[in-house]
Amino acid sequence: MIKLEIDGKAVEVENGSTVMEAANKVGSFIPHFCYHKKLSIAANCRMCLVQVEKAPKPLPACATPATEGMKVQTASQYAKTAQQGVMEFLLINHPLDCPICDQGGECQLQDLAVGYGGSASRYQEEKRVVVNKNLGPLISTDMTRCIHCTRCVRFGQEIAGVMELGMAGRGEHSEILSFVGRTVDSELSGNVIDLCPVGALTSKPFRYSARTWELSRRKSVSPHDGLGSNLVVQVKVDKVMRVLPRENEAINECWLSDKDRFAYEGLNSAERLTKPMLKQDGKWTEVEWNVALDYVAHALANIRNEHGADAIGALASPHQTLEELHLLNKLVRGMGSNNIDTRLRQLDTRADGQVKGVRWLGMKVADLAALQSVLVVGSTLRKDHPLLANRFRQAAKRGQQVNVLHVADDDLLMNVANRLIVKPSQMADALAQVAKALAALKSQPLSKSVADATANIRVSDAAQAIAKSLADKEKVGIFVGNFAEHHPEFSTLYALAQEVARLAGGTLGFLGEAANSVGAAAVGAVPGSKGLCAQGMKSQPRKAYIVFGAEPDLDAADGEATLAALYTAETVIAFSAFKHAASRYADVLLPIAPFTETAGTFVNTEGTVQSFNGVVKPLGDARPGWKVLRVLGNLMKLDGFEFNSIEDVRADIAADLQGFVAGKLNNAIGEVTMNLAPATAGVERIAEVPLYAADPLVRRAPSLQKTADAKRAATAGLAPDVYDNLKLVDGQSVRIKAGAAEVNLPARRDPTLPAGTARVALALPETLALGAATTLTLEMLPVAVTIGHAAE
Amino acid sequence: MSALNYGPDAVILKGLTGENWRLKDYEQRDGYAALKKILKEGMKPEDVINEVKKSALRGRGGAGFPTGLKWSFMPRSFPGPKYLVCNSDEGEPGTFKDRDIIRYNPHILIEGMIIAGYAMGIGVGYNYIHGEIWADYERFEEALDEARKAGYLGKNILGTDFSFDLFAHHGYGAYICGEETALLESLEGKKGQPRFKPPFPASFGLYGKPTTINNTETFAAVPFIIREGGDAFLAQGKPNNGGTKIFSVSGHVNRPGNYEIKLGTPFAKLLELAGGMRGGKKLKGVIPGGSSMPVLTGEVMMATDMDYDSIAKAGSMLGSGAVIVMDEDTCMVRAAERLAYFYFEESCGQCTPCREGTGWLYRVIHRIEHGQGRPEDLDLLLNLADNIQGRTICALGDAAAMPVRAFVKTFRAEFEYHIEHKRCQVKTGGYSNAAEPLQMAAE
Amino acid sequence: MSLLSALAKQKIDRELTKYPADQKQSACMSALAIAQDEHGWLSNELMDEVAQYLGMAPVAVYEVATFYNMYNLKPTGKHKVTVCTNLPCALSGGVDAAEYLKHKLGIDFRETTADGQFTLMEGECMGACGDAPVLLVNNKRMCSFMSKEKLDQLVEELKK
Repeated sequence: MIKLEIDGKAVEVENGSTVMEAANKVGSFIPHFCYHKKLSIAANCRMCLVQVEKAPKPLPACATPATEGMKVQTASQYAKTAQQGVMEFLLINHPLDCPICDQGGECQLQDLAVGYGGSASRYQEEKRVVVNKNLGPLISTDMTRCIHCTRCVRFGQEIAGVMELGMAGRGEHSEILSFVGRTVDSELSGNVIDLCPVGALTSKPFRYSARTWELSRRKSVSPHDGLGSNLVVQVKVDKVMRVLPRENEAINECWLSDKDRFAYEGLNSAERLTKPMLKQDGKWTEVEWNVALDYVAHALANIRNEHGADAIGALASPHQTLEELHLLNKLVRGMGSNNIDTRLRQLDTRADGQVKGVRWLGMKVADLAALQSVLVVGSTLRKDHPLLANRFRQAAKRGQQVNVLHVADDDLLMNVANRLIVKPSQMADALAQVAKALAALKSQPLSKSVADATANIRVSDAAQAIAKSLADKEKVGIFVGNFAEHHPEFSTLYALAQEVARLAGGTLGFLGEAANSVGAAAVGAVPGSKGLCAQGMKSQPRKAYIVFGAEPDLDAADGEATLAALYTAETVIAFSAFKHAASRYADVLLPIAPFTETAGTFVNTEGTVQSFNGVVKPLGDARPGWKVLRVLGNLMKLDGFEFNSIEDVRADIAADLQGFVAGKLNNAIGEVTMNLAPATAGVERIAEVPLYAADPLVRRAPSLQKTADAKRAATAGLAPDVYDNLKLVDGQSVRIKAGAAEVNLPARRDPTLPAGTARVALALPETLALGAATTLTLEMLPVAVTIGHAAE
Repeated sequence: MSALNYGPDAVILKGLTGENWRLKDYEQRDGYAALKKILKEGMKPEDVINEVKKSALRGRGGAGFPTGLKWSFMPRSFPGPKYLVCNSDEGEPGTFKDRDIIRYNPHILIEGMIIAGYAMGIGVGYNYIHGEIWADYERFEEALDEARKAGYLGKNILGTDFSFDLFAHHGYGAYICGEETALLESLEGKKGQPRFKPPFPASFGLYGKPTTINNTETFAAVPFIIREGGDAFLAQGKPNNGGTKIFSVSGHVNRPGNYEIKLGTPFAKLLELAGGMRGGKKLKGVIPGGSSMPVLTGEVMMATDMDYDSIAKAGSMLGSGAVIVMDEDTCMVRAAERLAYFYFEESCGQCTPCREGTGWLYRVIHRIEHGQGRPEDLDLLLNLADNIQGRTICALGDAAAMPVRAFVKTFRAEFEYHIEHKRCQVKTGGYSNAAEPLQMAAE
Repeated sequence: MSLLSALAKQKIDRELTKYPADQKQSACMSALAIAQDEHGWLSNELMDEVAQYLGMAPVAVYEVATFYNMYNLKPTGKHKVTVCTNLPCALSGGVDAAEYLKHKLGIDFRETTADGQFTLMEGECMGACGDAPVLLVNNKRMCSFMSKEKLDQLVEELKK
């Protein structure tokens, strides 16, 4: 520890601390622009110059190491003169356009200019003008305002892992830009908007729509990926205008993924469902809530009476709140059915009976950094979990060995120690190789089922290297991604991952698909031993379906077949915030509130329970889902639906929600029959869920749909051998067949794929017809279609 | 070709003709004898450093830091690679001495670097050469090939277990890369933006490894120090100002060029070596240490000796040893304007006071020079210089501020005349090129 | 399609041998110089290729190319003539030499003659102040003591 004095106040700081950190500790504010606690020190803005005893010149507090006995004055005349001098320099070329600047009111330069700037300028020369850049659909630029702090550049290099922005030129002509004409495509790009201390980089979707002082700031939690990023939702006259990160070091730190930040646009979509609707004689009519709910209660009762309760099934989205899923579960079970599932994309549920609890990350998010070696199995890591990927990225910089077993050699923008890239059908075999090699390295026996299954497999060099990495380290984690969870042999992968973790003495974890996957399982919104899973309800069609928050055509693994089942049902009741395909198959559309219009709770992948309140009134006649379910329960005269508040619902789940969830978390799985490498024919499909197609809200966010990621989603990425065999040219479409189904997509050569594979995404209208097909036949189409047009 | 005239006291540049730069020529001049002495006698690395300390050799690049002391900062026991870097990015206006070492005596630099590598336990060195002197860069590459073939560079030098390799790296037009940490960034393939210090290169240098950086002339002085002894070198100059120093004399003299003289030689003697004032004109001002250093009046200079301490006492700095001589017909506003433009043009743009301030300085002086000065401009210039100097990441801010302050203070009346009369006081109104004026082509 | 010739790549590979294997970026400046020698200027496509060759972010290459002033970010005349006009040179005729060339070629700094033969640039210190006036032809050829006669000769020579 180092003892020093800041502004006459004694303070003790860790060795290696800076004067800035010491000053923060005693509450002395030192003005700054380029300094940011999460970024490397640049010391370029010079705003934090302070007086240090015995130093011949003012020193930058951000970069000056605290030393024993140091005496620092942060606001002496000497320090202030230096700070004011810097402020004058910053302002001479900064435009006086605050009245039309989106940053106005939340601008560090504006704020500090009040304290450190002059009331008139001594600069009589011409001001600099810098041409704006098109950085894509999310970030708006006014580069004349840039003060060259390089926070955005450092963010790319250090956090996003990709240097998309740089500072070109030199001297007064330096400017921040992307490589000529390129957009900023990182899935974390929006953070540069927060980082920019001036109005040079602002939010494009938010541009000119409100002033910061007109906005109320309300706390919320992101409803998208399993991380549960903490949000500040900014609201003007009952409309969500913008979403910003709410700092939580344990979860999202001070960052947000672009999905968390910009998906709010979907809340204001024209597709919002604002009135209960009934289909009568093939025509939709708006009705009052009591009419709609009466109809629903009767319809469900009729089905139960005529066909038995088992004829009723519920498909719910894991992006819905804990309270909703609890009540839905209660409703379904109360009617006597056990057919409820939230794992709509999980094809393989044969091991459900062997599962000992609710699968989760296996540890705290913040503890990922302490692992020395990790194996990520079957994850489109950067896109599915942008901020978890960043945790690994930062840890990898400090020596964590990140090993990857996946179906595509995606650039994770981090140092990957070893990669094992195989076709989807070979994933289990590949993971088994790791287990086999690890057992040998550790001189430990494999469990019998694994030993039997792996007796004849050959360990590849890559598998050996991964096993060595896991064997050599003490703190090890095996993490199973969404792709593996959606895999037709998920059960095998699960059991093998457990075996690898056991042999390595490490922790098994699941990265977690949706905002409330853990919560859904915890409140039992999964079938259990007696009910049908989502796949079961597809292959054994029910007479009645409750579709809750989901769009099964896009949210289910086999959208096409699920749709077919829904079409044959006698009644389908769709709870949704949006009008969607349900208008074709449902009888009733019930407008429920999205996360911003209801109180609720999400349980994130690390098992943390995060409750939140609505931030705006429900749109139109939309109502919080839990209230609708409560009334429905009452109408159906089911027990246990007497609630006056959301707190009552929570209490109905458990008195201590966090303790309740914690008690359920368990990744253990019992004996599973191994099925290592099924024979396949044709081109294997890599069926990913594109990040901006993953849930109903993000699908309706226009700006995200204009990103490079979204555009690429609707194309077929073909392994080089597949592409070359078809003799395709850039942008040409391919006909993709699976059985009788066929779709056409623009093709592109994707060198990251193993031979004999094609990336053809799930969750898109364009690929719906293919269902969950795992193998494809490809044909060249005679006519070229431009990729840009197809994706627009 | 006849011998090049670097003055009678030359050590580094002694005996050069411009043609005799090859290895065999250098060996005939006792070249590589110092290295052989070290390796044959098994001289200990710390003894090499002590000898350099004894010589009182100070960094010849401009800062004048004691070389032996710098070498002793290098962590000897550091595991893994350490680097030695030579700063031949000579671009300080007025300075052109390193170029003559590289093109006419490259092996003396190579030998000096090998010895430095030996003294500090470093295995790899780089010589960063100014991009504009391409032919000299290529010659240095050739000299490196010769040294490699002769076994002076590479693995197991002269059959010992000491290994050292040396490579040339070229700049491509950025003055700032002469700043040592900008040079390291540039050597890493980045923009040449200086790093904030600490950490210093001795602990975090090239590729984040411990690194020692010296100027070309500094390394070139080392073989003599080892061969003849530190005391012999010190005796060439005066206490605390050991050895000879190459001065690059430019401007209004009859024989611009490099002159290697003993430190402590009177300026008048140096001026005489350079052939005296061109056209017999009167000496008006001298920048004694490269364009970044404060300008002094002719009278002050004529009473000053050429060594670190004497020039400091006179109010300037010896810097890189670039002596820019200006005669009575030179417009000091125009001279200041050109230098201000240079620093504006060469500011790397990284930190605020320099990025924004150098342009402001230049524009104000430009206005004054062009008859649009305002009475308050001179105080503004002095205040801006104060707001830049000492507030920046590297010394370029100081380098931009110091000449402006010195020109305004030393020749204030001339600036005031410009502002008041909106024209120049001196009759040429410019750079006073009396010697060989280039006539405009006939209309 | 590669814009860099096999010979250029060979030269870059030689530069790469100077640096540790994990520090390929160190060859960025020489690679850009080699690329420019071959193509006359650095197009975006060329910089992109250098970035790929060295495993760098394209914008990092662009930073380098725009930072050092001997790189040409747009096409120049066949002969780019850069005259030093810095103070020490100016005191010995540097500015006069530049003015003479401007007049002779009929162009100002940063302009190219109509026949595409010459581009004139103002240079900063080349480290050869004792030889003033000095100029560079296409970055790599330095011409010293450029009197009126020598300038005339040079222009004649280059025109051929």
